[in-house]
Amino acid sequence: MIQNLTWRGVLLVLVLGAGFYSALPSFLPPKDKDSSFLRALLPDRTISLGLDLKGGISLTMEVDMEAALRNSARRSADTLRRSVSDEKLAGVTVENEDSLDILVRYPDPAARQAVLDLLDKSYYGLEVKNDAEGVLTVVQTSEEASDVRSLTGRQALETIRNRVDMFGVAEPDIRPQGEDRILIQLPGFDDPARAVELIGRTAVLEFKLVDDGPKTAEEAQRTGAPPGTQVYQEKITDPATGAESFVPILLRKQTLMTGDTLTDARAYVGDFGDPRVSIRFDGRGAREFGDITDRYINRRLAIVLDDIVYSAPVIEARIPDGEAYIRGSFTMEEARLLSVVLRAGALPAPVSVIEERTVGPSLGEDSIRQGLQAGGLGLLLILVFLLYYYRWSGMVADLALLMNFPIVLGALAALGATLTLPGIFGLVLTLAMAVDANILIFERIREETRRDRPPLAAVSGGFGRAFWTIFDANITTVLAAMVLYQFGSGPIRGFAVTLIIGILSSMFTGVFASRFVFDLALTRLRPKRISI
Amino acid sequence: MSVELIKPGVNFDFIGNRRWAFLFSGILIAASLVSVIAHKGLNLGVDFQGGSLIQARFASQSADPESVRATLSDAGLRVSSVQDYGEGGEREYLINIQNLEGTGDQALSSLAIAALKAAFGEDGVEIRRQEMVGPRVGADLRQKALYAVYYSVLIIIIYISGRFEQKWGTSLAFSAILLGIIYVVSLFGVGVGTLIITALIVTCITCYFMRFSFALGGIIALMHDVIITTGVFSFLNKEITLSFVAAILTIIGYSLNDSIIVFDRIRENRSRNRRGNYPEIINRSINETLSRTILTSGTTLFALLSLYFLGGPVNQDFALALTIGIAIGTFSSIFIASPILLLWESKAGPAPDAGTTKAGAKAGSAKAGAGPPKPEADSAKA
Repeated sequence: MIQNLTWRGVLLVLVLGAGFYSALPSFLPPKDKDSSFLRALLPDRTISLGLDLKGGISLTMEVDMEAALRNSARRSADTLRRSVSDEKLAGVTVENEDSLDILVRYPDPAARQAVLDLLDKSYYGLEVKNDAEGVLTVVQTSEEASDVRSLTGRQALETIRNRVDMFGVAEPDIRPQGEDRILIQLPGFDDPARAVELIGRTAVLEFKLVDDGPKTAEEAQRTGAPPGTQVYQEKITDPATGAESFVPILLRKQTLMTGDTLTDARAYVGDFGDPRVSIRFDGRGAREFGDITDRYINRRLAIVLDDIVYSAPVIEARIPDGEAYIRGSFTMEEARLLSVVLRAGALPAPVSVIEERTVGPSLGEDSIRQGLQAGGLGLLLILVFLLYYYRWSGMVADLALLMNFPIVLGALAALGATLTLPGIFGLVLTLAMAVDANILIFERIREETRRDRPPLAAVSGGFGRAFWTIFDANITTVLAAMVLYQFGSGPIRGFAVTLIIGILSSMFTGVFASRFVFDLALTRLRPKRISI
Repeated sequence: MSVELIKPGVNFDFIGNRRWAFLFSGILIAASLVSVIAHKGLNLGVDFQGGSLIQARFASQSADPESVRATLSDAGLRVSSVQDYGEGGEREYLINIQNLEGTGDQALSSLAIAALKAAFGEDGVEIRRQEMVGPRVGADLRQKALYAVYYSVLIIIIYISGRFEQKWGTSLAFSAILLGIIYVVSLFGVGVGTLIITALIVTCITCYFMRFSFALGGIIALMHDVIITTGVFSFLNKEITLSFVAAILTIIGYSLNDSIIVFDRIRENRSRNRRGNYPEIINRSINETLSRTILTSGTTLFALLSLYFLGGPVNQDFALALTIGIAIGTFSSIFIASPILLLWESKAGPAPDAGTTKAGAKAGSAKAGAGPPKPEADSAKA
């Protein structure tokens, strides 16, 4: 060991140098603000601060897959119904009442066979679940259902990404978690209600006719809506007080048009100073909208967003250019949000927030300050104690301890890891426990010295005997930390990562680096006894 | 001269007094269980139970926990606790709100914030942190946490039995079988809590019969540490949060680290001195590593106490859990982990590879004659 002193020194310098090199950018202004030559030489990756330190929102959304499957069943039922009428199968009816089951009723065995033949063409992705007298219960095949699930998940992710990008949040992190969950992190955003409004809104825009039959909406609400109609709620804002209320309104069930063909949506202030959202359809949509406004002139057209009626103006003239506006009861901020949501498109299924964590910026700053203060003091106490207890050898241990900083920070930066508050704690704790390696070695060296071994032999014996103990003891902690990583989320993962990196680094400094310093000192200074 | 906390020649009779240590631990464990039962289970935080949490700072001096609670209750919310999080006279509270049946979870915190702002002024309330966990997520996290604890135990069994007793094959097979059984049982919809506790007990019993002595020592010590730490938290009525689980897993790693260092010395001393009687070897090993055990725990506690007092209220409980765990872990590595190795000695004679064939070993361990100054004579007398 003593012979390769030079090489060991070179290795140590290389490791520390790499650590500094990798860690340095995290303490400098970002690259786009500093275009100097030296800065360009440094790596791009930095340690990013977790939301708990930087402030921001972390949301977990769950996509309502049941609803997506029901929607898909409804679409399949529609297709099947069309095919049945195309094939002119007399007496065959297809029913789907907001459930996964599609009921196909048939009058005679021949019709039954015709339906089965139709289903056998297989491109519907439907299969017979139950075959009773006069009625077939048809459901989606499991492959079809799993396709719907994964497609819905991907679409929801894409839509949410679009919305967040359009809204303009810096460095958002949006990723799927399993099939039906999406984790969204918005740093520097501290209004969860607004975030949920942006992300969580299904944003299904529909145009429906207001029913002008004899029954009023109030009556329909009490005694049941006439066939083909449904009671909706209209949102009304009192212009004087700003108080919101809902009144029932009776609409035709049939959706005349949806927001699918929308190309643009903008918030603006209307003639009466009321915030509005203008919408514009593409060519096909504009034609469709023109036809509708032509056909239903002088009747009321309800603009329904996520099953709430925003307004139901009377169509005064045909609207040929595919432009319209939504006037309703919202503030300018709400109008802006709504325009983003409409532009980014509707979600394929409703989503709900199942977990939400928001940290305000002031708390994050406090946490960093407190974490650093507490950690700093703790480490200082340890450094002083080691110096007092082990004298010159304590100095070596202190040196080894300090070497962990560039190594751990460099490793964190190279991995692009996120530093969280538990992460800072993990770091302090690891360094505190890192001392263990040196304590084990020093206690061994003391034992050797008591047996009157000369310094070099004592050091060599101490390190040699302690190595496997240190190895075994640390590996178990690494294993526990790996389980922790597997199990944890967000801040906890940060803690596990720093713990693992810290342990590996401290084994390197405790065993390799401090041994090098000892050997260097012993061969150069040749002391009669070790100060330990 | 060097400073020495523990003088070199020291030889405390840890093994001889192990019954007292066991009694002490037994009382602590019993007290922990009683506390958990008396509190009707653990005080699960928002992470595991679902619900909302708001950390708010108030400008108004009239905002005290009672008025905050009253404001929210009047708004129809079920407040489970209002903790003081203020430092240096700040009016800052951590408010826990239970999920209501049938309301959107998201709406809950908006409702709460609106109520607070109405009562204490729009600018009089600063929302510093806000968390909401849906009931399903809470249940998921609870499961994951329990599994995490158990998996780490299994991995540790494999590692220790492999490294210390060359039983890689048996311990791997044993763990695989246990995992399989747990998987099958979990299919029948047994509660995860019951499942994991049963699995832990089964694991310990199997370890005993398979003579995974080091693994059993390590596991019992760490379960001891985890139970007592949880017990203290229950006694103080502290909340069990995600960071508590992180602390527990760290304690598991640390407790084992501590035990393994003693085990390592036992293994070394035993291979060097195959004639010596086992209890005495164990006692000597504990004494030889004593100064390291205390020094390392000491430095770790330095850091933890500093985190506890200066690290801010958000992570105080985390530091507290670790402090308790490491203090208890130090005790268990001395008094619990290693004495367990003697379980097989007193019942069925010496462990097969212990190298002690003398009948004295039995008497020696029974009377635990490893005390100074002349352990041999002591056990011979017995």
